[in-house]
Amino acid sequence: MLTDEDRRLLKLIAQDCRLKPEELSIQTGLSPDYIKKRIGEWEKEKVIVGYQPMINWSRTGEEKVAALIEVRVLPQRGYGFDKIAKRLQKYPEITSLFLMSGGYDLTLLVEGKTMQDVALFVAEKLAPHEHVQSTATHFLLRRYKQDGVELMGEEETIQRLVVSP
Amino acid sequence: MNKYLASHVATLPPSGIRKFFDLVATMKDVISLGVGEPDFVTPWTVRESGIFSLEQGQTMYTSNAGLFELREELSHHLYTTLGLSYDPHQEILITTGASEAVDLVMRAVLEPGDVVLVPDPSYVSYAPCAILAGASVHFVPTLAKDDFRLRVEELDKVYTPKAKLLVLSFPNNPTGAIMNREDLLPIAEFVVKHDLLVLADDIYSDLTYDGTHVSFASLPGMHDRTLFVSGFSKSYAMTGWRIGYVAGNADLIGGMTRIHQYTMLCAPIMGQIAAIEALRSATDARNDMVTEYDRRRRLMVHGFRQMGLDCFEPLGAFYVFPDISKTKLSSEEFAEQLLKAEKVAVVPGTAFGPSGEGHIRCSYAYSTEQLLEALKRITHFVEQRLANL
Ligand SMILES: Cc1ncc(COP(=O)(O)O)c(C=O)c1O
Repeated sequence: MLTDEDRRLLKLIAQDCRLKPEELSIQTGLSPDYIKKRIGEWEKEKVIVGYQPMINWSRTGEEKVAALIEVRVLPQRGYGFDKIAKRLQKYPEITSLFLMSGGYDLTLLVEGKTMQDVALFVAEKLAPHEHVQSTATHFLLRRYKQDGVELMGEEETIQRLVVSP
Repeated sequence: MNKYLASHVATLPPSGIRKFFDLVATMKDVISLGVGEPDFVTPWTVRESGIFSLEQGQTMYTSNAGLFELREELSHHLYTTLGLSYDPHQEILITTGASEAVDLVMRAVLEPGDVVLVPDPSYVSYAPCAILAGASVHFVPTLAKDDFRLRVEELDKVYTPKAKLLVLSFPNNPTGAIMNREDLLPIAEFVVKHDLLVLADDIYSDLTYDGTHVSFASLPGMHDRTLFVSGFSKSYAMTGWRIGYVAGNADLIGGMTRIHQYTMLCAPIMGQIAAIEALRSATDARNDMVTEYDRRRRLMVHGFRQMGLDCFEPLGAFYVFPDISKTKLSSEEFAEQLLKAEKVAVVPGTAFGPSGEGHIRCSYAYSTEQLLEALKRITHFVEQRLANL
């Protein structure tokens, strides 16, 4: 279980992983040494698994498409969902992979340069896979919000008085 | 046409903040740390309930005391969070901001000749409201050496038998000071000894960074002597909705309700509906804001101490109140020169009372980037000033 202090620290890092231990220390009241030690442990325990900026590719003009793919799989004796997922996740085209409850089993997020790329991946790699029973591909048209960040919304420009009591 | 103004209005000084506001308004690209309201927008669920209420056509007056549902919800909230019991039928009045509540308390209990004891420095409205109610004000200094807490020794120095009302305003705007139970108990004794009423402006009670707030009204025997004032502006980032409240003894609340009935009729209904939602579902959003303020608070205290200035560690509200006397400038000079040289707006401590001299108020209801940039500029200003002394 996380202590309140650790939770605060992790949230801060999740918000902005560029903050140095010294800066984190000022903002949390924890010592830089403690922070360094804790971050080291979290990295080792795979609690912190990466430090990546969030890029809104649609604003770069770069060609990029993504599709959400619902997949039904055929789990077999000795070969359950986890094993199938572990194999599927090796494809670099698959950027996210989740096990779902409900009408199908796995959701994949697949990215490529063009719709053709994605379609080819599904047709040639995914659908013929021995554990895959069926797929349904939904192309992503627009990203409004991702990982808590509103990508399309106009900035909420708050207009406060410059000085108030 | 000034001659037509009533004399007590003509002589009412403009707020020290207003003067500064006019100066800032003439300048461009100013980073302002002068704002006394949250930088967050009202949590979405709360905004959404306001929008829905309009769609439903809820655009009417409410009862004078406010929507019963809101008073009931508040009664429950005050009991569970601060241990206060107020009967939602007779002991809670919903007002148009805590501002109206402060005015109502003063008008309901004061008469010409009465004296109000006001901690100094503190929020700008108490003294003018007291004066408009025909009373006069004795300021009670709160000192840096006491961590800006109110002390009975200081109260004794300014006490007069004409005193009728004591204002308590903790967590304090502008100092960020809090008072815990041990600090409040001697004040309660003083209040009983001199048969005073207390206006407790607890509007920042949710914004504390070291344990939970203790309300004066929760001390033994203080329920009936205290008029508990608070509101939604700070806790839930709802300044523009204009919803506050006052809770206390039914006779006193009854008197205030009569004034409110003739002068305000009721607080705005959309705000009241949104406030109900805030109490029901915005606790997490509120706590997230508190966590964020806490982080910025540490950043600011560290920043000022790095400059070599004394900076009291605020434990409530969202202001730091560093001591700038080392620069040999008065608060007003400091604020004015800083604005001109570095385009950073802060509020001179004297805007909050004479004891604010030697300090400036900086709000940290700003993004980290803005705060860091402001600190950089203030550091530059202070370094230059100290080097040239
Ligand atoms: C101590 C204090 N009391 C009351 C108020 C007024 O609050 P409201 O928006 O509820 O009128 C403020 C606002 O700055 C304040 O700082």
